[in-house]
Amino acid sequence: MKTDQINAVVIGASAGGIEALQQILPRLPKGYHLPIVIVLHIPSGQRSYLSELFLTKTDMLVKEADEKEVIKSGTIYFAPPGYHLLIERDFTFSLSTEESVHYSRPSIDVLFESAAEAFGTHLLGILLTGASPDGAAGLKRIQDRGGVALIQNPDTALARVMPEAARSLLLPLSEQVLSLEEIVLLLLRLKR
Amino acid sequence: MELGPLLESIYLQYHYDFRHYSKASMERRAAQAMFRMNCKSLIELQEKVLLNAEAFFDLLQFFTVSVSEMFRDPSYYLALREKMFPILKTYPSLKIWVAGCSTGEEVYSLAILLQEEGLLDRTILYATDINPRSLAEAERGVFALGDVQKFTQNYQKSGGKHSLSDYYIASIDSVKFDRSLVKNITFSDHSLATDSVFSETQFVSCRNVLIYFDRDLQNRVFGLFHESLCRKGFLGLGTKETVEFSKYANDFNVFLPEEHIFQKIEKRGGVKRED
Repeated sequence: MKTDQINAVVIGASAGGIEALQQILPRLPKGYHLPIVIVLHIPSGQRSYLSELFLTKTDMLVKEADEKEVIKSGTIYFAPPGYHLLIERDFTFSLSTEESVHYSRPSIDVLFESAAEAFGTHLLGILLTGASPDGAAGLKRIQDRGGVALIQNPDTALARVMPEAARSLLLPLSEQVLSLEEIVLLLLRLKR
Repeated sequence: MELGPLLESIYLQYHYDFRHYSKASMERRAAQAMFRMNCKSLIELQEKVLLNAEAFFDLLQFFTVSVSEMFRDPSYYLALREKMFPILKTYPSLKIWVAGCSTGEEVYSLAILLQEEGLLDRTILYATDINPRSLAEAERGVFALGDVQKFTQNYQKSGGKHSLSDYYIASIDSVKFDRSLVKNITFSDHSLATDSVFSETQFVSCRNVLIYFDRDLQNRVFGLFHESLCRKGFLGLGTKETVEFSKYANDFNVFLPEEHIFQKIEKRGGVKRED
């Protein structure tokens, strides 16, 4: 697995996602050398407290992504509720109110597919627990563009639909299906 | 996916200018259009839409996002009702511009609000969009019954004074809004990318349209709004949109930060030029 030239990490999760992220994000140090962009399915039409929630639990900067914002390392970005989050080729964010994908807006597929086009081989995509197939096609796109695609082991996931869907779609590679602890260790191992 | 040639040729032939739209989302929609319009490549799609205007308007359905809901973000409408309309009431007559009205959900929401605040009779609402099919839909005022439950919840949260069902007649699968709401609405074809200002207004509502534009086009559009708005006129944007980082940042005050409502400042100051 080529993890020596990763420039960004994208993560998708749904049911059980907050708990899973609580096992990953607090382990990353302040000034972590990569940006981390996350779509977590949440009900739209209300303010999201995700960034506030994780701000107190991690040493990295945490914020909701803004449109046209330049993606910076050391920062965790969450998709705002009710909007798809996309990454442009100039490494800025775009937002969109296009129709939901797999009943979700934000959709993991939309983030992952645009990130795959922008970062190509320099992207690490991680799909965690969830009861929706959203994200599987996006993770496949990351793999197709030469990026690294990781799946939370469905046996360790609160909801296994999402990681299972991805596993059946991806070209199987070694070190692809990991526990949360293994994902953390891999993130910490990534070179600057 | 390189959309440049397609967008350039569309501009030359049809004068629709998508060249300054955010690319990632456009690429996604072009891919959807290729699939749904049975084109194997962008070249094939380009040939199809250049040869056949009907096919171009099919493509336009993909390029213009027509997903909206009535009273989307109810707190925005509540703020209009409680904080902004009391000021607008002091004007003898009102002109309001809903820019990028799509299929009309927002303009009907505003018409209902104006009606309940006793302002509709002295207001002209301009509802503009680039997509003629969306405008025709908007003018009909017919919405899918399946969406009405959500609209009703939003309406109630937005401080609605009656029942939303007072404003429509339901049939098996759709509802049709009362024509009295439409009598002061002018629906017209207008492009924020290529057209100019057509009227002085007291309030411009343009929500979740600017997120699709690049900075240059955003600045152009803020310029149009600035020109259209009267002194102390209001500008309402989407929850992730702001005038603050634009060339017109110094020409507006933040009126309600939570709801992204701005107010044109009284004195006509110099336009901020950063570049």
